[in-house]
Amino acid sequence: MSIELIVYGLGGLTIGSALMVILSKHPVRSVLYLVLTFFLISANYIMLNAQFVAIVNIIVYTGAIMVLFLFVLMLLNLSKEQEPKTSMLAKLAAALAGGSLLVVFAAAIKDVVVPERLMEGQILADNQGMIESLGQLLFTKYVLPFEVSSILFISAMVGAVLLAKREKQIIE
Amino acid sequence: MFLEKLILVVIVFTISLVIAMYATYFERKVAAWLQDRVGPDRAGPFGLLQPLADGVKMFMKEDFIPKNSDKWLFIMGPGIAMFTALITSTIIPWGPNLNVFGRDVVLQVADFNIGILFILGVLSIGVYGIMIGGWASNNKYSLFGAIRASSQMISYELALGITVITIVMMTGSLSLREIVESQHGMNWNIFYQPVAFLVFFICSLAELNRAPFDLPECESELIGGYHTEYGSMKLGFFLFAEYISMFVSSAVITVLFLGGYNFPGMDHFSGNTLAILSLLAFFGKIFFFIFVIMWIRWTLPRFRFDQLMHLGWKTLIPVALINLLVTGLVIAFTSGWMTKEKQISSVDHQVEKTEIIVKR
Repeated sequence: MSIELIVYGLGGLTIGSALMVILSKHPVRSVLYLVLTFFLISANYIMLNAQFVAIVNIIVYTGAIMVLFLFVLMLLNLSKEQEPKTSMLAKLAAALAGGSLLVVFAAAIKDVVVPERLMEGQILADNQGMIESLGQLLFTKYVLPFEVSSILFISAMVGAVLLAKREKQIIE
Repeated sequence: MFLEKLILVVIVFTISLVIAMYATYFERKVAAWLQDRVGPDRAGPFGLLQPLADGVKMFMKEDFIPKNSDKWLFIMGPGIAMFTALITSTIIPWGPNLNVFGRDVVLQVADFNIGILFILGVLSIGVYGIMIGGWASNNKYSLFGAIRASSQMISYELALGITVITIVMMTGSLSLREIVESQHGMNWNIFYQPVAFLVFFICSLAELNRAPFDLPECESELIGGYHTEYGSMKLGFFLFAEYISMFVSSAVITVLFLGGYNFPGMDHFSGNTLAILSLLAFFGKIFFFIFVIMWIRWTLPRFRFDQLMHLGWKTLIPVALINLLVTGLVIAFTSGWMTKEKQISSVDHQVEKTEIIVKR
């Protein structure tokens, strides 16, 4: 019972802070709420017995990506007067795109099969979600998608380096 | 069980705070010694009450919040810095089990099986205190300090992470206690991984924002860096967090490379004697590292920022990667992944294992 209470509390907090990301006026505050949201998502992962995913979520998202977000926003130093006005059409398009994404998510979640053990609130097996079992799966069953995603990262890195180099030549 | 952990948490935090407090005194004494001065000697015998006097001074100062600052974030900054400095001390294995009133007490608050990733995670969020504090001050020098801190920490985290992977590969576990146990006696990782140790140590200095990497608070360019606008105990928190992180990262270096609480000839002892001697050995190593960090600060001049980036990206990361590759190859050859014989023997091993299980 108490575990269920914690799960619901965490879920509520996560949704609340996610809403604050889009509702707060100041961009830096939005980013800080996003950091908080990632922390709460990690807490949810821990409740699902996925320690490794939780900590990697913190290292990668809050530790690296959000620091870069904050970095850029601090350099821009946006204030209300300088905020670019978005046209009505753009707002409409954004609402449409967001709405259709929501429909896709809802459809996906509707068809998810929840294992019975989870429904009964039973504790998962000790090694499930731990790093050993995850490593075994990644390097046997899912080895192809894993390697393909690393190629994707390499191509992104090469692209970034190329762009940076070209800009330097123009300056010289 | 819960009460035991609670007491342990309180003890660990108190020890961290007291050691950080006396590290400030020790730093002045080391500086004085290296510069042929006397150092603080007015408050109490040998100036031992100096940290208390400093603390009282910090509390008595006016607690000022600049008018144009972001008030809540301005207050949160030092708090986050303090929190991230203290939280790592919970997963460090301080010693073997200690027997207190007939109970075996584990001298570690939490033994995660991903302990080392937890350290990396806390390290990566450690920059938020400085960034938020520096930005919320609404001062361009603070902002420069904050931006320098974040770019420096992100750059050095990479090399640090790679060296940690080397250690994990050698041990085969992410749990800090298992990493310590694998360095039993004098079997320390520093003898197998001197390059990784060097890279890790340099990166730790950079993550601590200690000289020669103290560019975020470089006085000659940035007044006070990210804490220019801070005063009173808020400034005290920022400065104090640095000393706590110094203590904790000395402990982490000791755990990863200098065998943690292991010491040569530990097999001759057992029970509580072993536990207490191990604790003494561990703290001895930690104090040695704290001294080395101070020694470096009062010896080396500060880097220029482009030199810092050059060292991080073009020297430390390639060195760490090559070290990782060599370690991987050595492990692969010595445990025979390249030959066919080992595969058979590993199957044998599995058969043995199942036999043992069946016998049980």
